Amino acid sequence: MTRLKSGGALIDRDTSVTFTFDGKPFRGMKGDTLASALLANGVRLVNRSYKYHRPRGVVTSGPEEPNALVNLGSGDRHEPNIRMTQIELFDGLEATSQNRYPSLKSDVGVLNAAASRLYPAGFYYKTFIHPRVAWKHLFEPVIRRIAGLGRAPTEADPDTYEHQYAFCDTLIAGGGPAGLLAARRAGEAGERVMLVEQTERWGGRLLTDDDAEIDGKPARDWIAGQVAALEAMENVTLRLRTCCSAAFDHGYALLYERRADHMTPTGPRHRLWRVRAGQIVGATGMIERPIPFYGNDFPGVMLASAVRDYVRLWGVAPGQRTVLYTTNDDGYRTALALHEAGCHVAAILDARADPVGILVEQAREAGLTVMSATGIGKVSGNRDGVREIQTVPLDRGDDVELGKRIECDCVAMAGGWSPVVHLYSHSGGKVVWDADRAMYRPDPENPPRDRHGEPYVRLVGGAGGALTTGDVLASVGGATPSVVAAAEQPARPVWFTPSQGKAALGGKHFLDYQNDVTVADIRLAAREGFESVEHAKRYTTLGMATDQGKLSNINGHAILAETLGKAMADVGTTTFRPPYTPISMGVIAGQEKGLLFKPVRQTALHDWHAEQGAEFEPVGDWRRPYRYQRDSEGREASITREIKRVREKVGLLDASTLGKIIVRGPDAGKFLDLMYTNMMSTLKPGKCRYGLMCNDNGFLMDDGVVARLDEQTFLCHTTSGGSDRVHAWMEEWLQTEWFDMRVLTANVTEQWSQFAVAGPNARALLERLEGDVDFAALPFMGFAEGTVAGMPVRVFRISFSGELSYELAVPTSYALSLWEALLDVGGDLGVGPYGTEALHVLRAEKGFIVIGDETDGTVTPHDVGMSWAVSKKKDDFIGKRAMERSDLTRQGRKQLVGLLTEDPGYVLPDGAHALSKDGERAIGHVTSTYHSPTIGRSIAMALIEGGMDRMGETVQIGIDRKTSVKAVIASPVFYDKDGARQNV
Amino acid sequence: MLLIQCPVCGVEAEETEFAPGGEAHILRPEPGCSDAEWSAYLFERKNPRAVHYERWRHAFGCGKWFHMARHTHTLEIFGVYAADAPEPPQEIRDRIAERTAP
Amino acid sequence: MSDLSLARAALDVSPPSGLGAQVEAMPLRGMVTIRGDLGDAGFAAALQAATGCAVPEVRGSTVSGDTRVLWMSADEVMIFCAWDAAPGVVATFMEKAGDAHVLALDVSDARAVFRVSGEKAWRVLAKGAPVDLERMEPGEVRRTRIATVAAGIVRTDGDAFEIFCFRSFSTYLWNWLCVGAGAESLSDL
Ligand SMILES: [Zn+2]
Repeated sequence: MTRLKSGGALIDRDTSVTFTFDGKPFRGMKGDTLASALLANGVRLVNRSYKYHRPRGVVTSGPEEPNALVNLGSGDRHEPNIRMTQIELFDGLEATSQNRYPSLKSDVGVLNAAASRLYPAGFYYKTFIHPRVAWKHLFEPVIRRIAGLGRAPTEADPDTYEHQYAFCDTLIAGGGPAGLLAARRAGEAGERVMLVEQTERWGGRLLTDDDAEIDGKPARDWIAGQVAALEAMENVTLRLRTCCSAAFDHGYALLYERRADHMTPTGPRHRLWRVRAGQIVGATGMIERPIPFYGNDFPGVMLASAVRDYVRLWGVAPGQRTVLYTTNDDGYRTALALHEAGCHVAAILDARADPVGILVEQAREAGLTVMSATGIGKVSGNRDGVREIQTVPLDRGDDVELGKRIECDCVAMAGGWSPVVHLYSHSGGKVVWDADRAMYRPDPENPPRDRHGEPYVRLVGGAGGALTTGDVLASVGGATPSVVAAAEQPARPVWFTPSQGKAALGGKHFLDYQNDVTVADIRLAAREGFESVEHAKRYTTLGMATDQGKLSNINGHAILAETLGKAMADVGTTTFRPPYTPISMGVIAGQEKGLLFKPVRQTALHDWHAEQGAEFEPVGDWRRPYRYQRDSEGREASITREIKRVREKVGLLDASTLGKIIVRGPDAGKFLDLMYTNMMSTLKPGKCRYGLMCNDNGFLMDDGVVARLDEQTFLCHTTSGGSDRVHAWMEEWLQTEWFDMRVLTANVTEQWSQFAVAGPNARALLERLEGDVDFAALPFMGFAEGTVAGMPVRVFRISFSGELSYELAVPTSYALSLWEALLDVGGDLGVGPYGTEALHVLRAEKGFIVIGDETDGTVTPHDVGMSWAVSKKKDDFIGKRAMERSDLTRQGRKQLVGLLTEDPGYVLPDGAHALSKDGERAIGHVTSTYHSPTIGRSIAMALIEGGMDRMGETVQIGIDRKTSVKAVIASPVFYDKDGARQNV
Repeated sequence: MLLIQCPVCGVEAEETEFAPGGEAHILRPEPGCSDAEWSAYLFERKNPRAVHYERWRHAFGCGKWFHMARHTHTLEIFGVYAADAPEPPQEIRDRIAERTAP
Repeated sequence: MSDLSLARAALDVSPPSGLGAQVEAMPLRGMVTIRGDLGDAGFAAALQAATGCAVPEVRGSTVSGDTRVLWMSADEVMIFCAWDAAPGVVATFMEKAGDAHVLALDVSDARAVFRVSGEKAWRVLAKGAPVDLERMEPGEVRRTRIATVAAGIVRTDGDAFEIFCFRSFSTYLWNWLCVGAGAESLSDL
């Protein structure tokens, strides 16, 4: 056990927590993370690397962790790739390691590592190209087995998630000293403030590095005071476990709240805050940089800041003998923390020639060995971790050799600090290289700008480049608290060691732990010409793993610059993309999953249809009955039954989904003349006319029956699912082109439910209902209003089946009453419902088109044989001018025809292509195809080049690569060509 | 995601409440126009990396169309104005001149 | 003999309660869409005669007894009234409007209305409406989307909101509101 006897600000030593890792039970303490608990149990090997399957341990104590990814949970709560440094321990937690087979300790993938010279940068690009045939049978299966981090869940996620929209003047990301102070200032100014912190605690690094005094108080007391003051402000919202994942344009930010990852969920597990903020203050701090040296990936090599976090926050000693390798004064805090906790510090290697500062002196006074101008040349160890290091002198030219061996089980790296500038970069701000402080910091000249062109993201504290507590608090602005802290001397940037000479071994200096990218890979990429940082990134995969290069990018870019002989500022950096850390898939969906996945529109008769055995089909957002199942009959049988009912007796169709738009005004007729290809202004009140609607490209976009209700009022029917589109289309022209027209529209689709009553017995059925509508007197294409069975109805004598047919519209709250009344009185007339499939066969038998079946956005009315519906008398209508363009008037355009297969029993596949005589070219395609029970054979409609001039010609229809069938081109009207049946 | 103020109902709302309608101030030629004019009306659009005058509709809100002057790269919005305006109002053009001055 | 129960059949679910928000499906309501020139004195007089209400301010509403007039757009208002009063509102308005270029339609069956009330009511709606509901004024009308459904929201009084949407979406929106109002997460919002 490596739990220290005392210390650990976050743990509750009296409450023990049990958990399992790879099936083995462990005990931790309340307040532990999974990482601290495993370290406390002496577990150092926690993962295998992705490419070489090298043994890896915990490197960090926070969200930047590249190695310690685990599968969390089991069964339907299994989730891969979770950073154990961010997992708060709870009773019953189950975690398993990743990237290993059969187990962490004896992983066979480690063979990859033995062959690591085979995997240089760009290996995959170079290798898996030839021979082509090897790809499918050799390369792909192998790559598939080894690729990917973790194991994807196989079961549906049982947890729930939600979104929450929020609005504030100032959003502050990060609850360290800068964030707390910024919130305090904004809160006192009366702003609406949100302050969020990704961990479960306030205070940031001050909790660990509590050697400063603020306003005369110990740092921790100052933090508690700020939090208490903020909690008392009604205008300030504070949220822990909430990460500002992204900052987008115009102040839009996404906050990822892990509501219940630290407990058994009650209610939604994660919450996505969709915030619109006036100002975003990024107080996101800094991340310490590692230093690449040979063997820097053995378990036990950690960031110096993480080592002291484990000591001070969780009372855990990551090692018994630690070597600190630092480039700056701050690293000495780790040596001091270890020393205070009674852990042996084997040596302090300082890259600087002459380290002096206060912290350095404190270390010397404590009796610790400080070696200046010295780095680590090599680490030796095994899967259980570091065994020893060998020093290397720095600044001695090319002939240096590795120096002294120092036995140790932990190496703490203090390579300097990188501001977390992500939020600035997400939203378009630029970062600049600050050579003095060796960091990318926000460029104040190029901030993210809001819709007024004003800056709206500001980074403060460490994120803005401040390195000391005093500078951190001063960067917030306003009155700065007084700070007493140790002064620090300048750092010396070191990108990797040794960088020259015989000792400069290059193969195992790991930059990107997660993607196994080494210093040698970057150098190879530079030599091969991948000089742009963006190209080198993609070629080597540096920074492309789930940690997005939080630890590796800066070192990688510096090495690229050095190899190219360029300044760091000239190489530049890659753009940071949201989210800052991965967010769950569930939270993106939020509440909209399962039943709520997508809105479904239902007619008033939906439940009735369902009770009658309806099989529904989607039509736009609507669900319409496709057919009704009776007893044990088959699918075909039910459709045939419904078709025959309409042809022989009388059927009812729920046509409520058809769009209904009222167009009213003195200019309504004139307006509709422009909207439709045919003339509508001449329609008499009480009459209906079928109309076609085109766009200004001359292509069909909708169709429907228009009824004139009175002199000034028209009712325009649209296709199902077309009502919103057509209504918006009309409004667009009225508002943006013909705004002088006196026309008002209203979409009344849902006010009215509408039923088709179709079949030879339709009139007899309707006449049985009491009322004042004279059905016999109503002519074809006539319209009447009146009362039927005590209900207010509109009656249209129109037909989409070719039979005697009426459509009845009633206000929707009467829908079921009218529907049931029709069924009640017509039992002996054979009345019953029919679905959309019967509807489609009935209309295809008559050669009626359906927008979206016979049309695809490139089809004109002339193409589908409806020139009769295109007025020649009008000066203008939408689509008129386009129809005069050369391509729309040329010979040989695809035209609508009927197809009769040679084998009358064979139904063509939908979309099948008609072939040219030589079989080389498609000359058209099948648009609708059915078995017609009415004429006892298959029928199809197709768009065929020059089709109207090919009547009687036989064409080949390709079925697949090898087979084709013959069909004769015919009129698309297969049944009752004279229309006698509807005119009775 | 943009934040847009609808000039009709005054609401300042996120982009998801609105529907874009492409470049503004494109005149629909008379029916007797040339093929070239008609094709320009149908297909030719500016798509600049600069200030763009464009049409938007407050689709989930008041349903009204309006015009907006927006920089396609910086996303700065210089103003919104009526759907029936034949050209951008002087006030918006002044603001653009001021904001985009070198 | 209208079938009042039918339009609400799909909504016959007990609403959740006890978490700070209550969802109710409102009974059928008279609704009238009126379009025209809202700034015209004749329009205002006809509206007053038909509803007892003045023309509302932009995004506002005016109330007289159980009738509320809601601003919907620059040239459109919606009237909420008793279900059987709607035909009378249409008739009176059209008669008083005379020859004016207006449109008045009884659309009482086109939309469903829900009421969400309680101190966490706005939090339920904020799960899917991109609107600053906390700052909405009483009587204010906001047309927006809830999830992906077009909806109108009116803050009727205090913590109570009425939501209206096309009736074909009512089952979806009812379920959506009930899931949101029933989530235990309301306690920490
Ligand atoms: Zn608006």
